[in-house]
Amino acid sequence: MIVADKKPIQEIIETIQNHTRILIMGCNECVTVCEAGGKKEVGILASALRMYFLNQNKDVSIDEITLERQCDHEYLEEIRDRVDQYDAIVSLACGVGVQFTAEKYHSIPVYPGVNTCFLGATEERGLWTERCQACGRCILAQTAGICPISRCAKRLLNGPCGGSSGGKCEIDKDIDCGWQLIIDRLKALGRMDAYEKLCPIKDWSTDRAGGPRKVTREDLKQ
Amino acid sequence: MSVKTPSRLEKILAAGHLAVTSECGPPRGSDPEAISKKAELIRGHVDAINITDNQTSVTRLCSLAACIRLKLMGLEPVLQMVTRDRNRIALQSDILGAASFDIYNILCLSGDHQRFGDCPQGQNVHDLDSMQLIQTARHMRDEGKFLGGDPIKRPPQMFVGAAANPFADPFEIRVPRLAKKIAAGAEFIQTQCIYNLDKFEQWMRLARDRGLHEKVHILAGLTPLKSAGMARYMKNRVPGMDVPDAVVKRMADTPKEKQPDEGIAICVESIQRLKDLPGVHGFHIMAIEWEEKVPEIVERAGLYPRPTLD
Amino acid sequence: MSYPSNIRILRVPCTGKVDILYILHAFEKGADGVYVVGCMEGDCHFTNGNFRARKRVEEAQRILDTIGIGGQRIQMFNLSSAEGPRFAQIAREMTERIRELGPNPIRKHHPRAASFQLCPPKAD
Repeated sequence: MIVADKKPIQEIIETIQNHTRILIMGCNECVTVCEAGGKKEVGILASALRMYFLNQNKDVSIDEITLERQCDHEYLEEIRDRVDQYDAIVSLACGVGVQFTAEKYHSIPVYPGVNTCFLGATEERGLWTERCQACGRCILAQTAGICPISRCAKRLLNGPCGGSSGGKCEIDKDIDCGWQLIIDRLKALGRMDAYEKLCPIKDWSTDRAGGPRKVTREDLKQ
Repeated sequence: MSVKTPSRLEKILAAGHLAVTSECGPPRGSDPEAISKKAELIRGHVDAINITDNQTSVTRLCSLAACIRLKLMGLEPVLQMVTRDRNRIALQSDILGAASFDIYNILCLSGDHQRFGDCPQGQNVHDLDSMQLIQTARHMRDEGKFLGGDPIKRPPQMFVGAAANPFADPFEIRVPRLAKKIAAGAEFIQTQCIYNLDKFEQWMRLARDRGLHEKVHILAGLTPLKSAGMARYMKNRVPGMDVPDAVVKRMADTPKEKQPDEGIAICVESIQRLKDLPGVHGFHIMAIEWEEKVPEIVERAGLYPRPTLD
Repeated sequence: MSYPSNIRILRVPCTGKVDILYILHAFEKGADGVYVVGCMEGDCHFTNGNFRARKRVEEAQRILDTIGIGGQRIQMFNLSSAEGPRFAQIAREMTERIRELGPNPIRKHHPRAASFQLCPPKAD
């Protein structure tokens, strides 16, 4: 899922300083799972902001809503008839949701309430870690199910580097060396022969480097 | 092995001599004297001089410019090139830049993560990794083509090298990794500096078991210790470094003012022991900021004068 | 057992039931202070409800500090149900602290905060 983290309240306050009718909009999907932008977090942020503005003796109204998703037209349409009541939306969805909302309601400013961090998994409640860089051409079959692009700090395709130490990455002893993980897994699968196979130079044109990407499915279009 | 390039280093190795290389770190400024002074200290005592490439991710004068300066001084440079800072266009471009000045040696590396250096907030590139850079340099030389397929006018004639670290984790893939670099096209290897000779000999034995010592020239890396403090630092704070307790003790048991001499002695003894190790084809002496000691080490190890080539 | 009359007690089956929003809404509505009283750590009837409550109280403290209301206005205490006198003592302690801090700063602009539509009807 997309993992996000709450923006500091101070930063959000600075962003919305000059607005008086604000809608805090959450999302029921990824940001709910990583407890950054779901209904609960919307409630907390809204309450905190209300108290802040009351304390400043400013007349600011803060409403709350949480949509199923903010990356599909149908769900964003649900606020069509009330969006004129507001002069700003703070979206706690990931960067996709913030933008999609802004595209749909382009005459009202839409501000982000979270920092979108990475594609990852819940290792345990309160700990999310990165797993995928969305390179567009998955090589997991060749690397025993562990991705060197997202789990190696240098995205080496023929790693590890000489800095791998005790199974940890040279940049941080709390970060696993991605290549150590791959080697361990290759051993467990009895496929250490695959280690010496040279991974060829990667085509990064399906990655961010190739420009903003899209997926089209003619068989699904109406 | 026959010679494929005009590289002096390659010729010396092909002739069966023990080669000696050393390294210089460029300055954190644009003063060319900083390089030429260091290089002059070791002229005549080494066969080739590596110039590091923004080592430890600390921004310095670029390796290519410093190599050109060495070339203009009549010395033999080894261009160290990391994949951290440049994409494949720039890497190929810099190889051509080096070739245009008749620089014939390249050492292909990934590079330390930028977190260690002066620009921890910067991007890293790693469009290619070190193995793929080895392939690229060989491709440009042997096929005379760019990665994109177009022909190169006056292709580079690089003698292609790579680094190896017999002491990094996990040990079980250190020799497979060497094999992989050879398969990628590496023609010479410079190892990480050696203090644990037993472990190095074990690595060499495993390499010889696979016949790798006949496919690539291995130069054993050595760095003389300046002090017991340096020994401890390298032991505890540098990843991929193996400094046995006995070495630290030997340094620590020496009175402080004599420790530098002891460090040199250890270095010379290591060379003398490794000279006899089958598969070791030379030595890479890394005496960073202590270049003035390289001549003494080379002489005491019985490696002076350097062979002349006709 | 007597304790100050300015305290409104809300009973919950376990402090683990205390949602952080209860705390924040209380201050929104003009409460000058809030405290959460739970079982001794290790004695929670539901194992770790009081640990969860503590985390939420700490989060509320951070939020109240950030927005200028003051995190000292919210605190968690742990005691056993047999400690009546301690309960009264906590009540006096909290009351004294809040008296020194003064009223909830929101109330200087909105004296009748409790009647103000602080929580507009939720849209969903």
